[in-house]
Amino acid sequence: MEAFEPTIIAFVCNWCTYTAADLAGTSRLIYPPNVRLIRVMCTGMVDPKYIIKALLEGADAVLVSGCHPGDCHYINGNFKARRRIKLLKEILPQFGFEEDRLKLTWIGASDGIMFAETIKKMVERIKALGPNECKKQMVI
Amino acid sequence: MSPWFKIDTKGMDPVFAIQQFLESVLNLDQIGAVLAPLHLPMGHGVMPTLVTDVKQLQHADPLSPAFPLNSAKLVAKLTRKRMDYHLAAVLRPCEIRAVIELVKLNQANLDSVLMIGCDCLGAYTNADYKIYRENQGDDASLQFYRNRIFGKTAAKGIDLSPACQVCEHPVPIGADILIGLFGVGEQDHLFVEAKTPKGEEFLSRLDLAGVEKPDQREQVIEALLTDRKTKRDDMFAVTGQAVNSIEKLSQYLSACVNCYNCRVACPVCYCRECVFTTDVFDHESSQYLKWAERKGVLKMPTDTVFYHITRLAHMSTGCVGCGQCSNACPNDIELMELFRTISYKTQKAFEYEAGRSLEEAPPFSIFREDEFPEVIGVTN
Repeated sequence: MEAFEPTIIAFVCNWCTYTAADLAGTSRLIYPPNVRLIRVMCTGMVDPKYIIKALLEGADAVLVSGCHPGDCHYINGNFKARRRIKLLKEILPQFGFEEDRLKLTWIGASDGIMFAETIKKMVERIKALGPNECKKQMVI
Repeated sequence: MSPWFKIDTKGMDPVFAIQQFLESVLNLDQIGAVLAPLHLPMGHGVMPTLVTDVKQLQHADPLSPAFPLNSAKLVAKLTRKRMDYHLAAVLRPCEIRAVIELVKLNQANLDSVLMIGCDCLGAYTNADYKIYRENQGDDASLQFYRNRIFGKTAAKGIDLSPACQVCEHPVPIGADILIGLFGVGEQDHLFVEAKTPKGEEFLSRLDLAGVEKPDQREQVIEALLTDRKTKRDDMFAVTGQAVNSIEKLSQYLSACVNCYNCRVACPVCYCRECVFTTDVFDHESSQYLKWAERKGVLKMPTDTVFYHITRLAHMSTGCVGCGQCSNACPNDIELMELFRTISYKTQKAFEYEAGRSLEEAPPFSIFREDEFPEVIGVTN
């Protein structure tokens, strides 16, 4: 059987984490290729629907990553994102989604190394956790 | 001045007493209309009705076990724009709590509303009410009242709706005026109490006799709440077990036909246009085939679980537990149980309780700089 390679959907903000990912790339840092980046203008625009849909469609985990507190390009979008993640972390585990399948991090534009590290750690954890149930079975 | 006043039940008919009380309210100069549940002249229905003619209040019946819909949205409809009259709205506790949520979401305005809340005896589902009313005849509400207050057996084979059986808010909070039934016992009157300065102002114009608060009231309420909370917690445990994997949740919702009645019936689902009915979900025809090919099978219409979880994300922090979602479901999915179970945790997480207070901001209208550190990071 082939080794389990998780798919991680990452919603990253244009101003911080996307730039950090870019920096990781231009710095030729190596990190696992399991992550699919979706650039958004701010984590504050990541509707819970996007996250729910990604998980129901079989993504093994979702990462939302934006600017550090105080650094948000739109002043407070990341604080709003934090409340929404808190909400989903209350709802989704009640339906059997492990907490590890949804993560929120702050990664600044100059933190290329931190971005690579974060992805590495997350992939490790999801590999240990195994595939998302939604991947295997019919979800109505 | 005693804050408690009595309204005479004359011959043990509390429905008549409440009608008399509402007539005196509507007779006040400042009150332009009363919104209350009324027996319609046609059929057996009891529906929220806007009354301007005092004579029509003889059909009013807030004690009826009919709860066809949550009137909070009607209050929103009546008050969204400035009114040039005062509306007295007779509402169930869950309707009041939903109104409070809608006010905080800028969907309703209470400046010109006098909210009259009655101790809630609970209600039947729409299907059960129809049976009850047909069997019981004209004194259905009176019979129901006696059963509930004096602990007599409920109508044969019919119990309160599941939502009412686990409701821990039978006493209205947020009302301007309370009509008290609990603790009345065999006495010949009901109680009226002003709960806000506005309520006090209107009650003072009504020329009612003062009375002592009934001794039994606190105990009666306490006993009721203990029973309800036990049932509620049992329901949380059973429902939690029934949906604790995506496979089980799919099974739980498998009868859903995506009619969205639960959303329409929900008093706090307030979006004018729900995303699930927009062209976001108008997919290319060929797209469905691609989706089907992934697992070889695609249930149509699609996105059923997605819809319900999204609705939980959108409004579980505002859920007042009125149970109208279950009432509106054509396929008997136990939606109230699901929503209350999930909402209990989401509301707790934000130290919020839907409908508790006008002062508490809805969780997604505010944030603090320093909160929820536990959700940040990959390794915690």
